[in-house]
Amino acid sequence: MATTVHEPPKIEEGQPRSRTTGSGDGGFRNLDPKDGTLRAVEDYAPAPSRTGIWVIIASIAMTFAGFTSALIVRQGASMDWRHLTLPRILYFNTLALLASGVTLEIARRRIAVFMSGSKNHDVKTLDENPSRWLYFTLFLGLIFVAGQYAAWLQLRSEGLFLATNPSSSFFYVLTVIHALHVLGGLIGLTYVMRKLNRVVLRRSTLDSFSYYWHFMGILWVYLLLLLWMKL
Amino acid sequence: MHDASAHAHAAEQHGPPTTFIRKYIFSLDHKVIGKQYYDLGLAAAVIGMVLSWLMRLHLGWTNLAIPGLHFLSSNGAPGNIMTPEFYLQLMTMHATFMVFFVLTVAPFAAFGNFFLPIHVGAEDMPFPHFNMMSFWTTFVAFCVMVSAFFVNDGPPLAGWTSYAPLSAVGAVAGPGQGTGQVLWAVSLAIFCLGQLFGALNFIPNVLNLRCKGMSLWRMPMPTWAWFITSCMGLTAFSVLMPACILLILDHVAGTSFFVPSNLVINDQLQPHSGGSTLLWQHLFWFFGHPEVYIAIVPGMGIVTYVLVANMRKPMLSHRVLVYSMGALAVLSYMVYGHHMFVSGMNPVSSIAFSFPTLIITIPSTIIVLIWIGSLYGSRLRINAASLFALGFISLFITGGVSGFFLAQPSIQILLHATYFVVGHFHFTMAIAAIFGIFSGTYFWFPKMWGRMMNETLGKLHFWLSFIGVYCIFMPFHYLGLAGNVRRYQSFVADYMQPLVGVHQFITIAALFTGAVQLIFLFNFFYSRFWGEPAPANPWQATSLEWSIPSPPPFDNFAGRHVVVYHDPYQYGVESSTGDYVMQDSPEQVETAHDEP
Repeated sequence: MATTVHEPPKIEEGQPRSRTTGSGDGGFRNLDPKDGTLRAVEDYAPAPSRTGIWVIIASIAMTFAGFTSALIVRQGASMDWRHLTLPRILYFNTLALLASGVTLEIARRRIAVFMSGSKNHDVKTLDENPSRWLYFTLFLGLIFVAGQYAAWLQLRSEGLFLATNPSSSFFYVLTVIHALHVLGGLIGLTYVMRKLNRVVLRRSTLDSFSYYWHFMGILWVYLLLLLWMKL
Repeated sequence: MHDASAHAHAAEQHGPPTTFIRKYIFSLDHKVIGKQYYDLGLAAAVIGMVLSWLMRLHLGWTNLAIPGLHFLSSNGAPGNIMTPEFYLQLMTMHATFMVFFVLTVAPFAAFGNFFLPIHVGAEDMPFPHFNMMSFWTTFVAFCVMVSAFFVNDGPPLAGWTSYAPLSAVGAVAGPGQGTGQVLWAVSLAIFCLGQLFGALNFIPNVLNLRCKGMSLWRMPMPTWAWFITSCMGLTAFSVLMPACILLILDHVAGTSFFVPSNLVINDQLQPHSGGSTLLWQHLFWFFGHPEVYIAIVPGMGIVTYVLVANMRKPMLSHRVLVYSMGALAVLSYMVYGHHMFVSGMNPVSSIAFSFPTLIITIPSTIIVLIWIGSLYGSRLRINAASLFALGFISLFITGGVSGFFLAQPSIQILLHATYFVVGHFHFTMAIAAIFGIFSGTYFWFPKMWGRMMNETLGKLHFWLSFIGVYCIFMPFHYLGLAGNVRRYQSFVADYMQPLVGVHQFITIAALFTGAVQLIFLFNFFYSRFWGEPAPANPWQATSLEWSIPSPPPFDNFAGRHVVVYHDPYQYGVESSTGDYVMQDSPEQVETAHDEP
């Protein structure tokens, strides 16, 4: 082992630490400071929510991967799998959820443009309040959940219940758990709207929520394809 | 809003608690949550240990009346004599409490919560509310699991693996298989949620909240271990949860995910059709094998850390240790089929699962060799923490060697479901992991509770425990080779009769080792309240937690802007403080190793 001398790193001191500045100067990019020079204070690490949202997405993706593998194994396990015609309203619901992704993206971009160009962050002075696009998103999200409920009622009217057949079992399990995640997203959306109205919304919070919501849309399209192919 | 102000993020802000409830019950402080997790793990360990005593007494002396047993279950212990079903119920709950509420909770959630933010120089976890929910969700899961003792037929008897269809058909399968089994599945589904909340805090904390100068390679080894464990938990618990949901539905909604057609139990045709019993095994073991590493990897990090501080020199290579732990994590997902060699699996599949199982011995061996190679020639400080670390290595090697036999399908088919397997996994994931917990407890106790533990009692606790666990689990291998099948509540078959004496010896050893833990419990609780006050850095260690008072202040660094200048392995140097340099000391030193 070589003998090395650890030079004291050159440090550009930042503001004194306090509860409001927090920690986090390490960051993704400070992986290997070979020359002993630390990154400048401006080179902040991303907010934890930007990583946290991927943790959540990974967890949900693994959960549905588990359900998918269960579906495939169960379908091949015996001959009792009966074909199930998907309720047509699911396609309308799909459009509503995808449209909600579009309205959210419009809202996110408008809020971002506004925040980068304004110092007082007062959304109420905007000619066009971007939060109304968030209301559209909320509305479309609720439409989706209501539409899913209508789909369950339709299957019920056809005599297809949770335990009727493995195909209906998986239909209910996958759609209900996805709808619960969408409802969780809608609760998150109301949190974002409340923060926006109080002018304390962080860009990272908005971005993280939008990743989650877009993931809900992608996940639903995947589930719809899975159900369409397998049921 | 630009990212600079977004950085005002960092941890979700919260001020010091002002009320008793916010300070000690629903606390947002990661240190309080860490202690809550520790106490929960300790309570579960006591429950799990008492259950194992009852099982062992029954195995040694089948018709022994155990005074007071009927209070636990009047149906399961008429006249205080354990019924076969009640034995299986106790076995199921022993394993469930130990695997989930001790081996997952204590080394990962308890120590990780307390020390991970401090190790990386952060003031708290990034999402303290989720962190608080993580503990209380786990606590609810614990209460639901305990409540299984108090329902009609008691807790389930299907084992901690809860194989279908036994676990999925309901009360007809035996006592506890109705409500008890549902409570078991509900508890674990809630537990999974709690652990996912934990991963949601641990991973961003490491990636986003490190202080200035704290590169990833400068993180102490336990923090690396907790980070790797979080990633494993994130994917493993996410799969156990849907499995539990499907199992609950088979019980309460009449679905047929896991119950096959034409199943007749007690002359009753079961109202299910077409389910796959193997589906449960696949889902369970996809979680179950990584769970083994979720239990042991934090112990590896703790042992490395404790040994380095006591050897006063770095390990041969910390980077290789991290790479090896990462390899264990990745490989753990590729080997789960070795639990299913006798499930009717295609022999080609057996080989496919056997190969990575043998491969996984490579990173394990590298880790062990680095420990032993580093220990060679070192002047190790002998204290309770370092003794338990050495004990961990010994137990891990012993359990690992028997694992090498079990990894091969041809041998495993012979030894499957025998005590050989029980001996193997108790050495590796159970006792070794618990020795890791003890090592961490003796080392970090001064920081967590601000007082010193009694070293003499600690060393006595180690030696008696070390001898005790070998007396318990080494004979298991002999029993397994002699064909003694696990999960039998008595040994009436002719060929097992001569083995009863071995079981009686093991029972005496288990009672002795359990009694020895009273030394620990006395030392722990006495020291917690009346121990000698601890200095900030009693072990002359280098990582950040030792640069702050014992116990740490509310926001860890009391507003100090922490900057890290060194890796945590700066031992054996000449500095103004002695033979070590703290990570946050700007002092220039000559070292005998490169930065990792």
